[in-house]
Amino acid sequence: MAASEETWLETSSSDGRQILTPVGRWAVGGLFAVEKEIRAIAEAATGPIEIDLSQLDVLDTAGAWTIYRTARNLEASGVSVELTGASEDQIALIEVVRAAEAELEPDEPTGNSFVNMVEHVGKSAVEIARETADLLGFFGLILVTAAGVLVRPRKLRLTSLFHHMEEVGLNAIPIVGLMSFLIGIVLAFQGASQLQRFGAEVFVVNLVAISVLREIGVLMTAIIVAGRSGSAFTAQIGSMKVNEEVDAMQTLGLNPMEVLVLPRLFALIITLPLLAFFADIMGLLGGGLMAWIALDISPATFIERLRDAIGLWSFWVGILKAPFFAFMIAMIGCYEGFQVTGSATSVGQRTTRAVVEAIFLVIVVDAAFSIFFQVIGI
Amino acid sequence: MSAHHDTTAIRIRGLRTQFGPQIIHDALDLDVRRGEVIGVVGGSGTGKSVLLRTIIGLNSPTAGSIEVLDRPVTGATRAQMLQLEQRWGVLFQDGALFSSLTVEENIEVPLKEHTAMSHAFRKEVAALKLRMVGLPMNACHKYPSQLSGGMRKRAGLARALALDPDILFLDEPTAGLDPIGAAAFDQLIKRLQQSLGLTVFMVTHDLDSLNAICDRIAVLADHRVSVIGPMDVMLASDHPWVREYFHGPRARAALG
Ligand SMILES: Nc1ncnc2c1ncn2[C@@H]1O[C@H](COP(=O)(O)OP(=O)(O)O)[C@@H](O)[C@H]1O
Ligand SMILES: [Mg+2]
Repeated sequence: MAASEETWLETSSSDGRQILTPVGRWAVGGLFAVEKEIRAIAEAATGPIEIDLSQLDVLDTAGAWTIYRTARNLEASGVSVELTGASEDQIALIEVVRAAEAELEPDEPTGNSFVNMVEHVGKSAVEIARETADLLGFFGLILVTAAGVLVRPRKLRLTSLFHHMEEVGLNAIPIVGLMSFLIGIVLAFQGASQLQRFGAEVFVVNLVAISVLREIGVLMTAIIVAGRSGSAFTAQIGSMKVNEEVDAMQTLGLNPMEVLVLPRLFALIITLPLLAFFADIMGLLGGGLMAWIALDISPATFIERLRDAIGLWSFWVGILKAPFFAFMIAMIGCYEGFQVTGSATSVGQRTTRAVVEAIFLVIVVDAAFSIFFQVIGI
Repeated sequence: MSAHHDTTAIRIRGLRTQFGPQIIHDALDLDVRRGEVIGVVGGSGTGKSVLLRTIIGLNSPTAGSIEVLDRPVTGATRAQMLQLEQRWGVLFQDGALFSSLTVEENIEVPLKEHTAMSHAFRKEVAALKLRMVGLPMNACHKYPSQLSGGMRKRAGLARALALDPDILFLDEPTAGLDPIGAAAFDQLIKRLQQSLGLTVFMVTHDLDSLNAICDRIAVLADHRVSVIGPMDVMLASDHPWVREYFHGPRARAALG
């Protein structure tokens, strides 16, 4: 006898009793077929009911639960129920289900959507205030730890520092170089088509040089590094927090600020200016190439104009900003890493936040620098 | 049930697994009978976890054949595996719960994926499983990171039982639990096994578990199952590792 794979319910009646006969395979996979039917029958029933289990091939806990629940609900509404034809195994299973019965925990109340929205806004505002205060605290902690290391340089972890310099600096050279080169090309090309209208093509050199050296070179580098390394810092420290590695470190007498944060911070502060310098050169190369191709400005002319167009400060204005950007990116990346709690999802959320916040802060600081240089007249 | 119904739940023949040059199992044979609790023991790194992962298809063997419930695992198509996967439940070492879902949602994952039941019914079944493994109802809406280790294991067990499997695979279910918690977990497994007619394949180091709930014990040593049988066979064996394991000081304390 092959066990039936079907799930269905037969109903009949004899001398005033309604007889429900579950047939075939009453198991978790197929129960949806009879779910509604049996509920409807149970709700409509008035007279006594017999549930005949003798035609069942397979019964599992979900099936036993369905039958038990039906019987229980019927009895609660005053209908007498009799289970017949059950094997010992089936009775035992129904007993297991009965023993495990419990009141369903109600879902979290959803409430009024407007009230929810106001509550959400309020919670977010408080959260932002708390995080800002926390971040300031973290900033202070970094300064204190860094001062401690400056007093006793022996505490600086050189191996780790060089490792991170390679990761965030050396390995970022190809992508930073390529991006700046392309941006240089785009600037020169767009500038050329506008300046040509005034016959002032040659000023394309000024346009490219000033924008690349003062702003674009360092800003693009910072944004790329925030996406590459800020996120990596958060993910690394975050996973270590999930694994309780940070706690383990503390119990071993290691200061996570010294071991995890400072090497990353210093690595970024040292390498970001170098990367920005490289980006400047690649941007000028791209711009020069495009000027040569599109406007027939020869490399020699380009270099000569370049010397006239920019003072030394144009270059330094860009490079000086780099360490500050580096500090922002490393601080946010590490801070968000330490904010990770418990789960893998949290690592993902914090990584996203780290990148967004780092880029945001970099641009804010850049704007502040613009005003500052404007005021002091460079 | 039919007379020629096969009584073997898992049949392994000539299994060989290796990672690069490192041989884990070689010519390993093992039969697990339907409805028994089999305990797999062996020194650390002898490949107990790898054996479990190989049986459930997470790891493909270099050679040999594995049949579970009379269907081949080795060389099975994706569709065949999908069918098999609904007939076994697996409890990984730390529960392996999805950390972004609540306990209730974790239990509902297989129900959602493999059945067409309504939302309300799904919640009822999830609550039922939760109670069957002895978790309080207020654990429903908690996230795994908010539970203790023992509760996470119970929640993992509830998820493994969601589809009412025929076979339950457990990897060191009592590791990391306190002795009272471990004994309670043993009893839970035994009770569920008896009431649901499960076959249980359990990797364990816990002598108390072996003694309390295992019908047979398989010892992994020298890349294969060296000794297999009930506790008295273990005690009588003269395999050196088995002797040391079952006659050492901890064993004397556990087995009395
Ligand atoms: N994915 C893998 N790659 C390489 N080697 C592995 C892998 N998984 C396990 N091993 C090796 O297989 C051996 C057995 O591991 P395992 O089954 O986890 O041991 P245990 O018996 O303690 O559970 C170990 O030596 C381990 O290093
Ligand atoms: Mg293992």
